[in-house]
Amino acid sequence: MSANDKTAGAAVPALPQSVLSVQGLTVSVPGQDLVKALSFDLAKGETLAIAGESGSGKSITSLTVMGLLPPQVQVTSGAVQLEGRDLLTLPEAQMRQIRGGRIAMIFQEPMTSLNPVMTIGAQLIEAITAHEALPRAEARARALEALTAVRISQPERRLRQYPHELSGGMRQRVMIAMALALKPDVLICDEPTTALDVTVQREVLDLLHDLQRQMGTALILITHDMGVVAEMADRVIILRHGQMVEEGAVAQIFHAPQAQYTKDLLAAVPKMGKGEGAELQISVEPPIARLTDVQVRFDLRGGLLQRVTHRVHAVEGVSFDIRAGETFALVGESGCGKSTIAKALVGLVPHQGRIEVGGQALNALSTAERRRLTRDLQMVFQDPMAALDPRMTVGDLVAEPLLIHGLGTPQERAARVAELFAQVGLPPEAMQRYPHEFSGGQRQRICIARALALRPKLIICDESVSALDVSVQARVLALLGDLKRDLGLSFLFISHDMAVVENICDRVAVMYLGQIVETGSRAQVFGNPQHPYTRRLMEAVPVPDPAHRRPPLPRLTGEVPSPIHPVGQGPQRVLLEDIGGGHLVARADAQSQAAA
Amino acid sequence: MSDLTVLPAPPNTTLRRLMRRKLAVLGLAIIALVVLGAVFAPLIAPYAPQEQHFDGLTLEGAPLPPNATYLMGTDLLGRDLLSRMLYGAQTSLVIGVLANGIALAIGTLVGVTAGFFRGWIGSALMRLTDLMMAFPALLLAICLAAIFSPSLWIVVMVIALVNWVQTARVIYTETTALAEREFIAAERVLGASTGRILFKHILPHLVPTVIVWGTLGISTTVLLEATLSFLGVGVQPPTPSWGNIIFENQTYFQAAPWLVFIPGAAIVLLALAFNLVGDALREVLDPTQRGRS
Repeated sequence: MSANDKTAGAAVPALPQSVLSVQGLTVSVPGQDLVKALSFDLAKGETLAIAGESGSGKSITSLTVMGLLPPQVQVTSGAVQLEGRDLLTLPEAQMRQIRGGRIAMIFQEPMTSLNPVMTIGAQLIEAITAHEALPRAEARARALEALTAVRISQPERRLRQYPHELSGGMRQRVMIAMALALKPDVLICDEPTTALDVTVQREVLDLLHDLQRQMGTALILITHDMGVVAEMADRVIILRHGQMVEEGAVAQIFHAPQAQYTKDLLAAVPKMGKGEGAELQISVEPPIARLTDVQVRFDLRGGLLQRVTHRVHAVEGVSFDIRAGETFALVGESGCGKSTIAKALVGLVPHQGRIEVGGQALNALSTAERRRLTRDLQMVFQDPMAALDPRMTVGDLVAEPLLIHGLGTPQERAARVAELFAQVGLPPEAMQRYPHEFSGGQRQRICIARALALRPKLIICDESVSALDVSVQARVLALLGDLKRDLGLSFLFISHDMAVVENICDRVAVMYLGQIVETGSRAQVFGNPQHPYTRRLMEAVPVPDPAHRRPPLPRLTGEVPSPIHPVGQGPQRVLLEDIGGGHLVARADAQSQAAA
Repeated sequence: MSDLTVLPAPPNTTLRRLMRRKLAVLGLAIIALVVLGAVFAPLIAPYAPQEQHFDGLTLEGAPLPPNATYLMGTDLLGRDLLSRMLYGAQTSLVIGVLANGIALAIGTLVGVTAGFFRGWIGSALMRLTDLMMAFPALLLAICLAAIFSPSLWIVVMVIALVNWVQTARVIYTETTALAEREFIAAERVLGASTGRILFKHILPHLVPTVIVWGTLGISTTVLLEATLSFLGVGVQPPTPSWGNIIFENQTYFQAAPWLVFIPGAAIVLLALAFNLVGDALREVLDPTQRGRS
């Protein structure tokens, strides 16, 4: 406590215009402190990052400042002052004026923060007139101005659109516009880019940065992503279990971290390299899986007779091999078709073209043969909570694949489940419990155990670590690496995160709009990226080094083109060209179209 | 490694967890009381239910309020109300539990089939449900009861055929949502058959809804039976049921309030008891609620 006071006291003279000051804040639920004796000051125009893993109390801190704590959560001691006024004792009516007016907040998931049945314009105008008695026309002008400020294309049209008509990145821009329309003193961003694609994240971070500089707003950035912290923050607070572990200027935190926890956290962050490292020996065995000119299309019906009028070309002419014992990564942004390929492989969506697993073409198999084949091919989903039946114990869940395929006696099954639990590093007592009683990382281990139960040859990981905290992510990735080495498994690793992919894959394919635009070994693609889209993805990854200066790039505002085409038409096929050693890149004439 | 520590599992059985809830125990006690009363009616009823007592009416011919001889008073014909209530419990329980149970079974079957398989089967079943919903339930019941000669079993069938519709609708909506959940996709990836997915992964999730609709349905079925009896197409007099006791006597409500109040309170109490037990069961059967309260 006293140490915190000292640092806060030392910070004040250096930055005299402290806007927001939090002193000795303790927030608890009965029997447990969620935030313990937290103190910090926020200066005008400063960006303070509050970083920590889930459950560290960072979101609770921001909700306390906003006066939005759920009823069972109580502030037990401490003060939150906005320019000398204590916010904690303020009556709700006055707090409402401050909220939105003086302190604004941006949440993680822009879709759930916007009202789906109100137009963007109506919501912006409502937010403005709630705080300032403006005539409608003037409020509308202000809304338009705010949308223009967040660099949204066609702002006039957006005012009349509904949230579902906008992409995720645009929605988050609308949220920022709404927050900044009233020119608040403090803007709290709670994981503002976690739900967004890398390139969109890049755009939103750039935008926040620019707007903050123009308006002099103080920013509290709540995030678990140390890359984002390094790029955005002036000062950093590291939280763990509700307690401040370390506080300091961003350069100091990254270059000379004091606390062991900070060091661990930084070590867990996957870093982009140049694709160095040992090359996997190319095996001579036939590939585990071979995709040849695979297409997946979804029909859209319209008109009076519900005839098929348009098709979503989710996957268009994709070909690749997965070799025995390798990790093949598919990387791309949401909507690029990478998850659809996974679903086609396991038979959740029908496909055209040829998918061979273990030499057998999937479309030629009978239902029974197909069921047998599922034993070789298993999948680990993105959200382990959603992928586990919440009404079964995890022991039953892991035993289920054995039961489905009628393998072993009950005793043998029990022994196998115990072995699997040990393999993924979970204690045997865990078997009696239900999925909701575990943490995210543990649940993902359970999903991995379940996928391993049938001794498959290939495991598909569809964004399997994206929802996990960095440190947990690092441990799960290490587990996957161990399993690959010990059991000789192959992986199809699907991710949007270039840094994670670079750290785990042997070969990689970059997908854009349902097609592969570049593929090759890790060294080829990451060491010598040829396609502009690959480069854009790599450059968009936040670098966990505050000294790193990204080369000045044009600010991106473009939208991904639509994969929906009228019946009879389709996207232009990308032609891949071998530039040496199996490094395939989309030809230049098609590139201009793909990168536009 | 904090993500590798796991809490020990509390040893617990469903019944023990249910018995720990006071309200559930109260509900179970009420239900047990009614069931015992109905089963042992011939042994404990002080009089025969149809017997008209000469001293059961005042000299003016008015029914008697509760007194020492007739614990719950007598009705318009001088019959003992307590005896009629005990025998009436038989009818009302059969209808409340059996008719409602059949309705639930039909509704769940239709809802799950339509929701899980979709396609033309689903459409056909749901249009049938819509049709049944649009058709006045009472009119349908009267028609059916008029075609077949009225008896307790016909009433049970009629009520079942009328009451499955709401359950089917609700179950359909829940099933469509469940079928889209990722853990169902995960089961398919494991190679689980359709039957296994339906019985092991869809139906258990519908249990709470079925329980809630089942317990709520008991009160409505008992009342629907009363309505049918009142219209003359239900349980035929002189067989008593709680519903027809109310309707026989409702015109004298002001002069003899106990004749309506006692069976009315019995219906409310029974429905409440089932709701209490249903609520508790729903919570006890849901593993995600375990350890709370």
